[in-house]
Amino acid sequence: MRNYLLKRLAQTIPVLFGISVLVFSMLHLAPGDPADLLLGPDATPEAVAELRSDMGLDRPLVVQYGAWAGRILQGDFGRSVVLNRAVLPEILKRFKNTAILTAGALVFAVIFGIGIGILAAVFHQTAFDSTAMLVALAGLSMPTFFTGIAGILIFAMGMQVLPSSGMYPARGGDFFDLLRHLVMPAITLGAVSAAILARMTRSAMLEVIQQDFIRTARAKGVSERGVVWVHALRNAAITIVTVLGMQIGYLLGGSVITEAVFSWPGLGQMMVRAIQARDYPTVQGGVLLIAMSFVFINLAVDLIYAWIDPRIRYS
Amino acid sequence: MRDTMTDTPMDDAIATPEVIEPLARQSLLARLSKNRLSLVGGALVLIAVFMAISAPFLPLQDPDAVDTSQRLAPIGSPGRWLGADELGRDILSRLFWGARITLTVSLAATLIAMVVGTVLGLVSGYFLGWTDTVISRGIDVLMAFPYFLLALTVIAILGPGLLNGMLAIALVNVPFFARIIRGSTLSLRESDFVLAAKGMGAGHLRVLFRHILVNSLSTLVVATTINLGFMITAAAALSFLGLGVQPPTSDWGTMLASGRQYLSAAPHTSYLPGLAIFLTVLGFNLLGDGLRDALDPRMRE
Repeated sequence: MRNYLLKRLAQTIPVLFGISVLVFSMLHLAPGDPADLLLGPDATPEAVAELRSDMGLDRPLVVQYGAWAGRILQGDFGRSVVLNRAVLPEILKRFKNTAILTAGALVFAVIFGIGIGILAAVFHQTAFDSTAMLVALAGLSMPTFFTGIAGILIFAMGMQVLPSSGMYPARGGDFFDLLRHLVMPAITLGAVSAAILARMTRSAMLEVIQQDFIRTARAKGVSERGVVWVHALRNAAITIVTVLGMQIGYLLGGSVITEAVFSWPGLGQMMVRAIQARDYPTVQGGVLLIAMSFVFINLAVDLIYAWIDPRIRYS
Repeated sequence: MRDTMTDTPMDDAIATPEVIEPLARQSLLARLSKNRLSLVGGALVLIAVFMAISAPFLPLQDPDAVDTSQRLAPIGSPGRWLGADELGRDILSRLFWGARITLTVSLAATLIAMVVGTVLGLVSGYFLGWTDTVISRGIDVLMAFPYFLLALTVIAILGPGLLNGMLAIALVNVPFFARIIRGSTLSLRESDFVLAAKGMGAGHLRVLFRHILVNSLSTLVVATTINLGFMITAAAALSFLGLGVQPPTSDWGTMLASGRQYLSAAPHTSYLPGLAIFLTVLGFNLLGDGLRDALDPRMRE
């Protein structure tokens, strides 16, 4: 396991490097002078000239990248043009809210997606199976923003049981207020992932159930419950965990849309606004933070993977 | 370790390449029509395509004609069967004209992603070695970005807009095609008929396009159909966020976004375009599932 861990850690280095190069290049690929872009339209010519020499825009790109990466490693993500404050504390604050939303969506997707997938496989070719798969396909086809708006129409405006926006009531609130505000955004964001997980879990379970060792287990008298939950699920888990890891990426990226629908004060909303205002330091910081956390989530998924299936460690 | 080129969440939808016999090809339509759900999917897709093509030829109202007396008119209003939006513009007409933008952007983005991804996948799976390493690591970096974040990054560089939005969602989907085609190239490159073609002196280009690509076509058709559903959602999402199509041009995503401010007074201004997107995406997904089952005997029951 230790060798596998080291090997897998080493593999993240080129990916992290690639991400940082792409984020660094954003300023240089965008039309216009990087120093102008960084300081925004209200900057004085003196400030732009000063920044230009600070950034060393006349020096080779490799040198500029080195200086930039050095600042990032020290936690200096630059200043937001719009907020005129350091970027890092702002995006970290927002990232926490996005993480809460993503985690809520993930919990929903795991419970409903994997649960329904297992049940559909167990009750293969029954009315439950076909209904569940049809619902899953519909869920897969529902764009997040439409799910959210339908939810607001039904549960916030029609039945008036759930709040339509924000994280807390206007005068502030406790943990239960947060949960009430989280229900709809989390289900909205997690719906597509739940549908994908349900389909994949079902097909992975069906594939395993058809194998010889399941027949052997049944022949030995293992209870049907034991066959499903111990023998089949454990072997289908590898596929399920892989899909789950990919889904976390979809959730992190998709949260941008859900945040816009429910006015959730997360990093996604901040980034959309920053893109519109051409606030490059904020966009760069947000992209870097989300992409890097996704790399480490993938790393964690692979380690879980190797833990479930020892064969992976030795291949 | 996990082979980074073989597991996307969408891979389950894609079959291993099958060499279609002429006989099997004849029965494709017959097989497809046995699956009632895929027929429904095909019908939904046809409706959307019909809307897009017929918009200029139907006696529809001007989609951009502002009429404040008809502001937020409800469904069933005289002359405005599906009501009017916040500027009194006819929603029915806007849905037809919006279909043109939504479908054109999605289709163009899918074609770009398909061509670029297919070429990268063919080249990296066929030549292997350092070519494969460079392309695969590049794809890995693109895949290290959460799906929608990469599209946002491209928009941040190029600026919001219809064309830039299209390029953004195309780039995001290049890895999807590259990985699928690389996988099928890997499984075909050692097959007897490819070795035979090489033995008879066929060059790399001929082997790649006349033999490997042709035999990956069924996979590519299924992948493209499924991808179109994703593209429509992604294009509409960008417009919804105000980063895609810019006013006065409008697609289903911008219609939904502007209707959102009138949710309580006139919910139909947002759920009608929402339904249009949902049903079209559902259509492509049902059709994609049906095509996969018809083209891949392994998954047929």
